Amino acid sequence: MSQLIKGVLQRDLAIAFNQKGELAQPLLFLLIVVTLFPIAVGPAPETLQRIGPGVIWVAAILTALLGMERLFKQDYLDGSLEQLLLSGVPVFQIVALKSVVHWLVCFLPLLILSPLLALFLHLSMPMYLALFLSLLLGTPLLSLVGAIAMGLTVGVQKGALLPLLLMVPVFIPLLIFATSAVESAALHLSYAPQLAIIGAMLLCALALAPFATAYALKVSQH
Amino acid sequence: MQNVSCSKRDRILFENLSLQISTGQLIHLRGPNGAGKTSLLRIIAGLSQAEQGQVLWNSRALDTTYFKELVYLGHKSGLTASLSALENLQYWAHLHQAPCSEALLYDLLTRLGLVGLEDLPVKFLSAGQQRRVALARLWLKPARLWILDEPFTALDTAGIALVEQHINQFIDGGGAVILTSHQPLTSSAKLQYFDLEYRL
Amino acid sequence: MFKWLHPYAKTQAAYSLSQRLTPWFAGICVLLLVPGTLWGLLFTPADYQQGDSFRIIYIHVPAAMLSMSTYVAMAVAALVGIVWQWRTAFMAMIAMAPVGAVMTFIALFTGAAWGKPMWGAWWVWDARLTSELILLFLYCGVIALYSAFDDKQQAGKAAGIMALVGVVNIPVIHFSVQWWNTLHQGATITKFDKPSIATEMLWPLLMNIAGMMMFIAALTCMRLNNEILRREQHRPWVSALLHDRRENQNAV
Repeated sequence: MSQLIKGVLQRDLAIAFNQKGELAQPLLFLLIVVTLFPIAVGPAPETLQRIGPGVIWVAAILTALLGMERLFKQDYLDGSLEQLLLSGVPVFQIVALKSVVHWLVCFLPLLILSPLLALFLHLSMPMYLALFLSLLLGTPLLSLVGAIAMGLTVGVQKGALLPLLLMVPVFIPLLIFATSAVESAALHLSYAPQLAIIGAMLLCALALAPFATAYALKVSQH
Repeated sequence: MQNVSCSKRDRILFENLSLQISTGQLIHLRGPNGAGKTSLLRIIAGLSQAEQGQVLWNSRALDTTYFKELVYLGHKSGLTASLSALENLQYWAHLHQAPCSEALLYDLLTRLGLVGLEDLPVKFLSAGQQRRVALARLWLKPARLWILDEPFTALDTAGIALVEQHINQFIDGGGAVILTSHQPLTSSAKLQYFDLEYRL
Repeated sequence: MFKWLHPYAKTQAAYSLSQRLTPWFAGICVLLLVPGTLWGLLFTPADYQQGDSFRIIYIHVPAAMLSMSTYVAMAVAALVGIVWQWRTAFMAMIAMAPVGAVMTFIALFTGAAWGKPMWGAWWVWDARLTSELILLFLYCGVIALYSAFDDKQQAGKAAGIMALVGVVNIPVIHFSVQWWNTLHQGATITKFDKPSIATEMLWPLLMNIAGMMMFIAALTCMRLNNEILRREQHRPWVSALLHDRRENQNAV
């Protein structure tokens, strides 16, 4: 079993790092979006501080959807997905592992980059801390739930924006709680409840999303 | 397999097919393009569900024990273009719990005429070489049933001979094979034909 | 001997059932909706605060209520389809989707039209309005996903998962939007208070809610029938049915 986990992780990470250009693209996209906002709304620190958390979160969600394409699409096209489904290994385990890889590749760099973004948008220290924690809890949720959308649309040729349409309703509550956590932090209030709710959502997704994704992948093979 | 029906896009491909495969049998599935050969193979493999009827293995519904004894090779090679032949096979062996020591894999790839190409990303190999890498799985996993969809596409004569010989060996050893191919098989007396017609 | 009939029994049975139910739903719908609407729009006394503009309630409230229950019904159908592998359940689900989406749209539109005189703005980021808007997105997602697939059987299953994910999410959305609203806006909006509604205002409302329910049911049945016929057009029973119909027409 651990052999299997190692094999899958190794392979998926190897694929990700073989395409270094593609790896950096979502991050660049994120940086550009975050840079465009101060230019658009003006450089006043108060304004930026006000919209900052929201901007970073919206950018993170869009980035997630950008980088998610490679989660199953390539495997579907070259037939690896068929071989995966026929291996007799529970598919939800593999799906969960793939979500982990997606998080490592797509969101870990974002977390590392986040101090810079906070600096750009003049976030105060407590605000940054709240933002970091909400990202830490919220981004795995994006990976897990996004995998469902990707699994559903993997067999669809047209419609690159379809996953966005599917997932935005799911992401809205996350966005609300995450930004309100940062806002509470700005007012020096406790933001533990918001984080607790995001954590609860994450646990729910952890329990349910891999199964939904596995079913979606099976449907894609019909 | 019993009374299997299938329809694609609400067009009926075939209805109430029954087919039995037992050990030491080689079934050559034939039919014109669009008759539903691939759909039938995918149903037998357990990839897609039949609209009606069911596929049984040892008179039981398909489950993990079935997948442990099955090798399915479809139109798509199942190889990741950016990984090497070696990495691809290693990953596949991990998934399918087949032995995969490096020495074994090198040995196998040599036998398939892929010396020196083991570490190259698969996308740099020719179509025939890629097909050989995909077919290497037949040597890797100790299975009892092979389902092969057009296994000879893009292979040269030597390659075809190699694979046919391996198929014959497998059948003699008590395995069962069901395959589609648009070229006649030259092999043993155990060969049986199963013909599908194109339906409107 | 009848085994070959078995596959067709399900869709055919569903077809004949919904065929039989359609006139009932449609009849009751007309019986309730027409007097209810006339009563509500013409004969109930005007509200002492809102004047005549409150009358939009007779369209708005039924549409808003039923847009949500239609979504739940869709999710139930999807669950049935996924658990028991019923083709007809997915068909029923997809038959409901556009009806529910239109209901949601009506609720949003009438809400906006009502909001203009009451709140002085076409759109307010009120908790209810926002969750209704997200509901519209959910409907659109299900419909878009269904139409993206060429193979409608596959499409039904995929859209079914989407509907289920959405229904798990609805309480979360509702709750979060309420929280967000109170945080960002405070209670500046005068909400329409329902409890003390006069009986002569209440009756037409109840009639319209029930009538609208029947309306949705009738539309769903009709759409389901079409869906079954379209999907099964090559099956013998459909050609037999169409043949019979033609004969009848000729006889008349």
